Amino acid sequence: MTSADFSAVLPEVLLALYAMAGLLFAVYTSKDKAAPLLTWVTAGVFVVLAGIIALSGGADTVAFNGLFIEDAFARFAKVTILLSGAGVLAISVAYLEKRDLLRFEYPVIVALATVGMMIMVSAGNLMTLYMGLELMSLSLYIIASFRRDSVKSTEAGLKYFVLGALSSGLLLYGCSLTYGFAGTTDFAGIASVATEGEISTGLLFGLVFVITGLAFKVSAVPFHMWTPDVYEGAPTPVTAFFATAPKVAAMGLFARVMFDAFGNVTDQWTQVVGVIAVASMFLGAFAAIGQYNIKRLMAYSSIVHMGFALLGLAAGTEAGVSAMLIYMAIYVTMNIGTFAFILTMERDGQPIVDIRALNLYWRNDLGRALAVMALMLSLAGVPPFLGFFGKFAVLEASVNAGHIWLATLGVIASVVGAYYYLRIVYYMFFGAETEALDKPQRSVAALATLIGGALMLIAVINLFGVGDMAATAAESLVR
Amino acid sequence: MTSIILFAPLLGALIAGFGWRIIGEKGAQYLTTGLLLLAALLSWITFLSFNGTTQHIEILRWIDSGSLSTSWGIRLDRLTCIMLIVVNTVSALVHIYSLGYMAHDENFSDAEPYRARFFAYLSFFTFAMLMLVTSDNLVQMFFGWEGVGVASYLLIGFYYKKPSANAAAMKAFVVNRVGDFGFALGIFGLFFLTDSIKFDDIFAAAPSIAQTQLHFLWTDWNAANLLALLLFIGAMGKSAQLLLHTWLPDAMEGPTPVSALIHAATMVTAGVFLVCRMSPLMEYAPQTKQFIVYLGATTAFFAATVGLVQNDIKRVIAYSTCSQLGYMFVAAGSGVYGVAMFHLLTHAFFKAMLFLGAGSVIHAMHHEQDMRNYGGLRKKIPFTFWMMVIGTLAITGVGIPLTHIGFAGFLSKDAIIESAFAGGGSYAFWMLVVAALFTSFYSWRLIFMTFFGEARGDHHAHDHAHESPMVMLVPMGVLALGAIFSGMLWYNSFFGDHDKMNAFFGMPVHHEETLAEGGDHAVVDSHAAQTGAEADTVEGAAAMAQADHATSEAAHAVIGEAPQGAIFMAADNTVIDDAHHSPAWVKVSPFVAMLIGLGLAYLMYIVNPTLPARLAKNQEPLYKFLLNKWYFDELYNFIFIRPALALGRFLWKKGDTATIDGGINGLAMGIVPFFTRLAGRAQSGYLFTYAFAMVLGIAILITWMSIGGGAE
Repeated sequence: MTSADFSAVLPEVLLALYAMAGLLFAVYTSKDKAAPLLTWVTAGVFVVLAGIIALSGGADTVAFNGLFIEDAFARFAKVTILLSGAGVLAISVAYLEKRDLLRFEYPVIVALATVGMMIMVSAGNLMTLYMGLELMSLSLYIIASFRRDSVKSTEAGLKYFVLGALSSGLLLYGCSLTYGFAGTTDFAGIASVATEGEISTGLLFGLVFVITGLAFKVSAVPFHMWTPDVYEGAPTPVTAFFATAPKVAAMGLFARVMFDAFGNVTDQWTQVVGVIAVASMFLGAFAAIGQYNIKRLMAYSSIVHMGFALLGLAAGTEAGVSAMLIYMAIYVTMNIGTFAFILTMERDGQPIVDIRALNLYWRNDLGRALAVMALMLSLAGVPPFLGFFGKFAVLEASVNAGHIWLATLGVIASVVGAYYYLRIVYYMFFGAETEALDKPQRSVAALATLIGGALMLIAVINLFGVGDMAATAAESLVR
Repeated sequence: MTSIILFAPLLGALIAGFGWRIIGEKGAQYLTTGLLLLAALLSWITFLSFNGTTQHIEILRWIDSGSLSTSWGIRLDRLTCIMLIVVNTVSALVHIYSLGYMAHDENFSDAEPYRARFFAYLSFFTFAMLMLVTSDNLVQMFFGWEGVGVASYLLIGFYYKKPSANAAAMKAFVVNRVGDFGFALGIFGLFFLTDSIKFDDIFAAAPSIAQTQLHFLWTDWNAANLLALLLFIGAMGKSAQLLLHTWLPDAMEGPTPVSALIHAATMVTAGVFLVCRMSPLMEYAPQTKQFIVYLGATTAFFAATVGLVQNDIKRVIAYSTCSQLGYMFVAAGSGVYGVAMFHLLTHAFFKAMLFLGAGSVIHAMHHEQDMRNYGGLRKKIPFTFWMMVIGTLAITGVGIPLTHIGFAGFLSKDAIIESAFAGGGSYAFWMLVVAALFTSFYSWRLIFMTFFGEARGDHHAHDHAHESPMVMLVPMGVLALGAIFSGMLWYNSFFGDHDKMNAFFGMPVHHEETLAEGGDHAVVDSHAAQTGAEADTVEGAAAMAQADHATSEAAHAVIGEAPQGAIFMAADNTVIDDAHHSPAWVKVSPFVAMLIGLGLAYLMYIVNPTLPARLAKNQEPLYKFLLNKWYFDELYNFIFIRPALALGRFLWKKGDTATIDGGINGLAMGIVPFFTRLAGRAQSGYLFTYAFAMVLGIAILITWMSIGGGAE
């Protein structure tokens, strides 16, 4: 336990300390009245930390005897997580305040979840992995059932908790199998045992169970079942949070485990990952068609997108990881923009989640209608919008890795998926006359929608350098 | 100056077409006409001052793609000059004529502007035609070729409210596509063999092409014969030769000035021009030349027979055009390209005039075109009558036998018939003589039915028949001058005198000299080619490069240089001399045929007007056969059109609607919703279902990995 070790975990430590301090501060002062302030401060802290991490750079460090890895990959994932967390907090404040949901615990729990996520992407050991994962999960269980007076919200929290416990059990089972057959929980140690051609059945089983546990977190088929119900039941800001930061963290952890621990047996896991990727893309695309509740729709949408991200991972190459990171970065941007819009969907002050209520929305607010159109087309992956480039990177990596069939299936799934995104655009511009939604008020969320929509077109120029950073990150992971 | 000639019509077309709202319809009409007059004037200056040496004028770099490198250039030689005066003179006169003819048109209401559009099309056509005749390479020529096709399509379908006009326009376009396909293949083939599309390069390579074998379709062909034939297929389409002729009579749906300009004087002669232009290649393709002769002679005969019984005044002239084009091809196929061009020139004058005359008659008779409703118009429209008579004298070939005095057609047509006797074989000769008889018959029949006898048909129309305005009569008068004198003026240059002809077309006097000279140049050329080949093949296999070397050197030694002059006649091509020395009975025969035709027509339409009807009754099958144009349309309808329609219907109903639409709809409205419902049902909302799905998932994955995975 040297100072070097601590400097590696400094951001996590700072954030954890901040969370506790914030809790104490609110408890001993004005409690919920301090919540808006605390939320904004938390968002600010996220941004500052993201800045610190992004600018710190430096060499890759392995701290605490391999328990904790601080490298470009981790930094990329952490920055994405922190920024998306900050974004979600920023767009949520007004919504939560209006519905009297803004408790001071909310930003604190989000901060703690974020600490867990940061630990996840830096995990260098099965222990660290589980610690980060559980810290995140437990926090998420709480905020899923955050709206205690709502049956749906509590149901969502409970479902998520029970299934999460099941998946944790599977993951732990996989970890113990791995430990049993590898003799170590250290990723580097596992990698030295799991070398090409001589992976034992036990280790293989361990691998599959670990994948299962991780697939649950990224809500990949067939471990996705919780997603629609939880997304629907949880308060919308929480859904927005679920759809963004934890997904990045889980994908990062997924890549971390696969490459650091099982990087020598890519042949074994790429096929499993490929299958669940394709299954996710298809099930998500087909199921979303039947949805009129936009939150459920976004749940299935996120399943499809996770399928795509996993497709990048399934390539098993550096380019694949890079593509996955680009895809995730673009994905969270799109989702924050979209959820910012969903948060402002209301009629007579009541939140509305039925997409049919969007009929002729452009008469209400042409600017945001156009922004949402850009976001939807981007989600569908229509060039020249940003989402296309994420899909393109993934498909390119997949084809280059020789997975032509996976890429083809991915394209087919995205064609099917285009339907429900376009349907929203259709309703907004050509739909039937129905009772209109409320005129939007000036709010952070409204602004975020506009910015998100604009980004879909502007960012295509050079992705703001995210492509290069992702490539560096991937390089540090896949050695 | 050539550039002005070339681009004045384009300028007119663009301004009239897009800017008539600014300058007004009147302005557009006068502007295009004025520019065309300027172009015509400059053309004549160019023609008369031209010294016979081929000039190349580059306008802009056009294509640089791989080894295909070409510029947009003008090739100014005698052929081009002839075509320039033909095209621009007739076009200018037709523009003037149209000022009167198109002034009122019952196909359009008063509120509809159509005149500027008409003039823009006419000028655009002229530009495209000039592009065609001035081109320096095959692709540029093809551009003009297609340009005139488009203009023709637009003008045939000018009365777009008439379904028959639209159908005719499409027919012309589609039939021409068939020919163009052959033309395009010919261009590809020439590029394939010579690696160039420039005329000079191709002409220079012609002797070596003649010794090349080319695999095409099912067998090996002599390259020169094959490529010449493919080019000729293009010419067949454009010049309405047999098998691809069906569009020309229908093209008469267009306004009459269009028929005069495009479907008599200029565009349809493009095929003849092409064959003459490619004379250096044709000279090495004896079989193709023979084919051209046979096809041309047959067309001349066929069209003449059909012309005998047609009743629509424009269709008679249309078949006459078709027939005369056959004459030109016989001349070209016989190897006397000058004579073909000669007839092209004279024909342009008298046929354009006949059409304009017919237009004047139609104008007078309120757009009645059926000759059975004419009669006795001689006194109503005397000027038109006399013009038509001059045209008829010209086309039937009236002159003093065995001298060189006569109407234009007398000199040029007799030259063709003599050449056919000398170089085309007896089949062509007799066909042409019989066709000359028929030509005389139907031409005089037209005159007699229209201007003599009693007024038939609608009295109202006859009562109001009136002479056309001056703007329509003047162009006819000018063309009449051409119809009378153009033959006598240029007889020697085109056919009569060997030396004058050589000077006229800029051909070298002794072929041997050219060859020797060419040989000298060849050495230089092959050097250049050698360095080029070396540069090209640096990266290639050394052995290959050397082999290439050897062949390219050998090829270039043979290739030599492009022949000088506008047309090329091989050293052993003595058809002209043979034609000059043909027996007197040959020279007199077309005149006799003409007299017989005139006599028969006089007998049947003046002396005893009931005779034709009785004859038609007696010989009903023959009459029907001719009246229905040898049943070509019906035959094509049966062989091509109906199967094509059936195929189209099949692909539409079964292919598109049933398979593609049905498949997509089935997928989008059947299969996808099915899976959506399935996915929805799986999402039951019960925890145990979800947990079960997870366990099931892991069970499947584990099973799959244990069986199929790489577990040891």
